[in-house]
Amino acid sequence: MSRRVRSALVVGCATLATSLTACGSDSAPAANQDSRPAPVTVFAAASLTTVFPRIAELEPELDVRFSFDGSATLVDQLAAGAPADLLATADETTMDRATAGGLVLDDPMIFATNELTLIVPKDNPGKITGVNQSLDGKKLVVCAPEVPCGRATQRLAKKLGVTLTPVSEESKVTDVRGKVESGEADAGIVYTTDAAVVSDRVRAFSIPGAENVLNNYPAAAVAASDNQPTARQFLLLLASPGAQRILQDAGFGAP
Amino acid sequence: MTAPLPRSLWILGATALAFLTVPLVAVGIRVPWQDLPSLLSTAAALDALQLSLITCLASTAISFVLGVPLALLISRLATTPATILRTMVTLPMVLPPVVAGLALLMALGRRGVLGATFERWGIEIGFTTAAVVIAQSFVAMPFLVVAVEGALRSTGVRHEVVAATLGSSPLSTLFRVTLPRMAPALASGAALCFARALGEFGATLTFAGSLQGVTRTMPLEIYLQRESDTASALALSVVLIMVAIIILAATGWLTRRSDRGRHAH
Repeated sequence: MSRRVRSALVVGCATLATSLTACGSDSAPAANQDSRPAPVTVFAAASLTTVFPRIAELEPELDVRFSFDGSATLVDQLAAGAPADLLATADETTMDRATAGGLVLDDPMIFATNELTLIVPKDNPGKITGVNQSLDGKKLVVCAPEVPCGRATQRLAKKLGVTLTPVSEESKVTDVRGKVESGEADAGIVYTTDAAVVSDRVRAFSIPGAENVLNNYPAAAVAASDNQPTARQFLLLLASPGAQRILQDAGFGAP
Repeated sequence: MTAPLPRSLWILGATALAFLTVPLVAVGIRVPWQDLPSLLSTAAALDALQLSLITCLASTAISFVLGVPLALLISRLATTPATILRTMVTLPMVLPPVVAGLALLMALGRRGVLGATFERWGIEIGFTTAAVVIAQSFVAMPFLVVAVEGALRSTGVRHEVVAATLGSSPLSTLFRVTLPRMAPALASGAALCFARALGEFGATLTFAGSLQGVTRTMPLEIYLQRESDTASALALSVVLIMVAIIILAATGWLTRRSDRGRHAH
């Protein structure tokens, strides 16, 4: 995985170098006067809402605009011609859809991973002790298999050899979190990053084997973007130690 | 007798018409018609359709049984109290659906104002089909109340007064004079209520959850399918659009009849 980051780095550096030389050697006076890169629009998965703006602050000269939504929604919007320069999704299946549709440039870079965890309301009314018999007859909420966190949940259940009987399969991981947080559900399976956001209101149980069902977060430059150098600059930024520290502080895993 | 309108209105009116219809026509253009039978015959799609129809019938019935009496009560009030009540009743109609869902959660959720008590009695509402019906009734009943109350108010109570002077009891007047005269308005109000319940999404998602065959109605299934399979989502959308067209056409027809009936009296 780190090789993928490195290959993206190389490509990114090459592009950046080309664009910089182009700027330097060109006799275009306008480009010299305004050295600020053109604004870059980043379409990113909802789970990146809090970390991406913090990462953008690492490079203040970058003018980054964000649009956060479900990964599939973002890909649909790109397919419909929405103007974006970079796409970051919450899993590879969704990114593959964008790649197959020619919406992004090939070879997306994995910049983070996310792991599933079991959360219960702080007072644990269902007396849950983990993904085991304590869940029997309790109100468990998970993500639907159609969305990234649900696909991961399904894979994890299969690996653990357990059959989950949820009372609800949500379309958004934040809806799972909300139902546990409010006490409507006895337990929910979410990403560790979601659990971290509400750590004062939920208790998390790590699921053995979850580390083998990592969700990879890929990012790629949008094919139709006319601002690819800056998009790649942001890709580089994502791989930088500073950005990786912000991601890991929020509960993401290293690629 | 016709009253001609200025020509310039045509352009603006046509723009408005195009604005409102082109998106729905676009769904019709993009939907893979030849795959429609297979897309709609999946277990998930059939469960969603069945659940939607059953819950909408249930919520329309509840709205009817409770909403018509409320409409009658409001229609007999003086202007100020009637306006206050009408505003309160209309509120769920104009609220963003997610707010409606949160409000229901605060009232009937496990830790809600009333829900905590229900929980102690062993009644659990969350994640059940009953929660879907409650969410639909909450957002749809106002349509029925407002439609019926408006019709009652414009009809007046002349006939009821006459019936009373002839010795008819209030109950008998209600069933033999008021309700028969209101039949078209009741039917169109119920149709509007059903149509609104059919489209209910946000409150259901927030309050009831989403599980195939239990709480995942058509709009929720469309929302979910869109995550992975746009063709399927479009196919389901076409079904919802068609059901909505049928209901609205029926409502329009009933309203016309009700107007004609009123003028005849």
